[in-house]
Amino acid sequence: MLDIQNLQVVFGTGRLRVDAVKNVSFQVERGASYGLVGESGSGKSTVLRAICGLAPISDGRVSVEGKEVTTPRDQAFYRTVQMVFQDPYASLHPRHTVDRTLSEPLAIHGEKDAEARIVQALREVGLGPSFRFRYPHQLSGGQRQRIAIARALILRPKVLLLDEPTSALDASVQAEVLNLLDELRQKMGLTYILVSHDLAVVAHLCERLLVMRHGEGVEETTAAALRSGKASDSYTRSLIQASSGFSRDGQKTSPALAV
Amino acid sequence: MTGAAPLVQPTGLRAWLLSPEPASRWQARLGRLYLGWRTFTKNPLAVFGLGIVLLLLLVALFAGFLAPYSPVAGGDLRTLRLLPPSAEHWFGTDDQARDIYSRVIYGSRITLWVVLLVSVIATPIGLLVGTVAGYVGGWVDTVLMRLTDIFLAFPRLVLALAFVAALGPGIENAIIAIAITSWPPYARIARAETLMIRNSDFIAAVKLQGASTPRIIMGHVVPLCISSLIVRVTLDMAGIILTAAGLGFLGLGAQPPMPEWGAMVATGRNYLIDQWWVAAMPGLAIFVVSLGFNLLGDGLRDVLDPKAAK
Amino acid sequence: MTKPLLEVEDLRVRFHLRTGIVEAVRGVSFQLGRERLGIVGESGSGKSQTGRAILGLTPPPGEVTAGKLTFDGIDLLTASKRTLRTLRGGRISMVMQDPKYSLNPVMTIGEQIIEAYQAHAKASRAEARDKALAMLEAVKMRDPGRVFALYPHEVSGGMGQRAMIAMMLVTDPDLLIADEPTSALDVTVQMEVLRILDELVAERGMSLIFVSHDLKLVSSFCDRVLVMYAGRVVEELEAKHLRQAKHAYTQGLMQCLPTLANDIRPLPVLNRDPSWAQ
Repeated sequence: MLDIQNLQVVFGTGRLRVDAVKNVSFQVERGASYGLVGESGSGKSTVLRAICGLAPISDGRVSVEGKEVTTPRDQAFYRTVQMVFQDPYASLHPRHTVDRTLSEPLAIHGEKDAEARIVQALREVGLGPSFRFRYPHQLSGGQRQRIAIARALILRPKVLLLDEPTSALDASVQAEVLNLLDELRQKMGLTYILVSHDLAVVAHLCERLLVMRHGEGVEETTAAALRSGKASDSYTRSLIQASSGFSRDGQKTSPALAV
Repeated sequence: MTGAAPLVQPTGLRAWLLSPEPASRWQARLGRLYLGWRTFTKNPLAVFGLGIVLLLLLVALFAGFLAPYSPVAGGDLRTLRLLPPSAEHWFGTDDQARDIYSRVIYGSRITLWVVLLVSVIATPIGLLVGTVAGYVGGWVDTVLMRLTDIFLAFPRLVLALAFVAALGPGIENAIIAIAITSWPPYARIARAETLMIRNSDFIAAVKLQGASTPRIIMGHVVPLCISSLIVRVTLDMAGIILTAAGLGFLGLGAQPPMPEWGAMVATGRNYLIDQWWVAAMPGLAIFVVSLGFNLLGDGLRDVLDPKAAK
Repeated sequence: MTKPLLEVEDLRVRFHLRTGIVEAVRGVSFQLGRERLGIVGESGSGKSQTGRAILGLTPPPGEVTAGKLTFDGIDLLTASKRTLRTLRGGRISMVMQDPKYSLNPVMTIGEQIIEAYQAHAKASRAEARDKALAMLEAVKMRDPGRVFALYPHEVSGGMGQRAMIAMMLVTDPDLLIADEPTSALDVTVQMEVLRILDELVAERGMSLIFVSHDLKLVSSFCDRVLVMYAGRVVEELEAKHLRQAKHAYTQGLMQCLPTLANDIRPLPVLNRDPSWAQ
């Protein structure tokens, strides 16, 4: 479904040159869910943005359904790949009602039957038609993220790029959104690429994942391996340890913590 | 971090307007307008300003009914020249024996016409130049903004004078001159706003839906820039009225016998010491209307652009 | 616990908004001795406003009332502005969420620590400088001399937050209020900062109020936990007894997090009971 070969993303030139992503490769099969884990500055979000054209592909290949993507992306690409952003407070237009937000993609692609599809899209993400004419400021964070997911799904894409979709949400709301994403994937046969700093979230949603650090893939592993604590890389292990909460034992500072 | 529902729940029409679950596009829009209106009415000075502007509108609309005399044709030059304010001539008469009160009332039409035309011409130009420059960036931005800089580099009145000198005096040319000199600041504001908006996630999201650049600019960037522009244009109205009056005063705007306030002040200049009312009455009208627009602009800023207030 | 350091009784924070009055904190009471107290809740639960109200940092339209709000015998509600100023930053300090916003961008880190120290202690510049350097060392800065001369934008988030902690602890406060001190940081850096905070609190025998949304983190870090919901404390318990939490909200908060240890799907979601807010 998705094939990333030796992807490089470089911003700026000369002294300002930043190698955000250096030589990252991975494949995702149809219907699978793939995770990219790392801390800030690891380049995990940049990989996502490069796939959908928000960041330049400096070198390497990105292919969707066997076809290499073109720059700029064509309309067919946008019907296949959609994205959900991290901050639901920033990803909805503050002056547009939910109705307008959801009808925009339909209008761009000349789709008919907008009425019915908007109501259906709202139902799919577990919101009633009463939400249709609200402004973003009348919605909670979780509801906003549901609208953002509805917007991404309304064109019936096959691949969904999820950029930290739950990290701005409260724990209980995160659980609801994760359940929704799980359910939608099964129902619609979607392919996910999930970016997150939270190992537990990635392990919950994805089968396979790539641990990233400083723009490079550190280790490709599976959720099952993570759960059983099998990680060959020391950085991955330190992430696992950190995700289990604070402990007063084992005060030694691991090499990964050097700032 | 605020939580818990408000303790006081509104009822009736207000409840409908403030409904958290609007049932239609219209209810959502009206609810928003109503919230804005409530913020606006919190500021008594702004309401006062709105009152003045509405009064100007009404006076211009019903000038024919309100004015007791003709604004152009004078009376008997031997007996009715330069009379002080009285019951017959509330604001007195001028050197052509015309009733100043009637002239001030008809003058409101010209003022309104100027204000309307300038905002209709200058705002869209500024908005378009600013948003396109800000959103597209690169050499388009450079070219458009240098052009803006060139216009900004000239003092407004001087540039307007040059235009009028080239095009010939007259109210239409004065309006064009003012419009051409007033868009650059709007372009700058719109560009600054666009630069903030263009990197936000909601623009990225609509880009990923395959929206074209014009669609993004018109449908997504412009609606967010427009509110701060409306505020700025309203606040500039006073300046525009004064510039128009200034051009009229210099004899480059409205031509006699049009009852333009600036031109009226200019004629009054000759009689300033002995017949003060000839210059003072139109001057007062200019002052009141400018004040009205300024107060209105302040109030609008509170509503449309809360972060800029204070 | 002989005499509590901080006593809070029926604390309320109200905001008068145009849509009505919103009560962010609705009658919170607790006592704090020499211990680490965690306040946990979701956004809008009033946990941050509780911390701010103690310091008198409630933002303008807000109004604070309380039956009792005393710090070491001083009534914080009736104290003069002067007394409050000397307490704030002197005996009570606060570490905020994001060091980017709480450090002055146009002053070097060293200068800021010196200023914080001199505002509350009579000390010569040389003394203050020594103290600042010692503090930077205490928060495990590798090269305190270098960090001293850096501007906030020149350091990473983790370093900035450690500098912030150094600044807040330089006056040897009796009480430190930490409002989500690590949630803007990467997980591995988070642990490092917490470890430093933990050591300093233990060494200096300070009281700590740790405000966070992260129940797991708070319970592993603090001695006692207050769980807040809709402006009220719904449960107070010893951190080590967290597993035996009685309130449905606390239980729900613990279960809805995905963990590496268990693979539960769908994740249990929190069914909010309106009676919790009563």
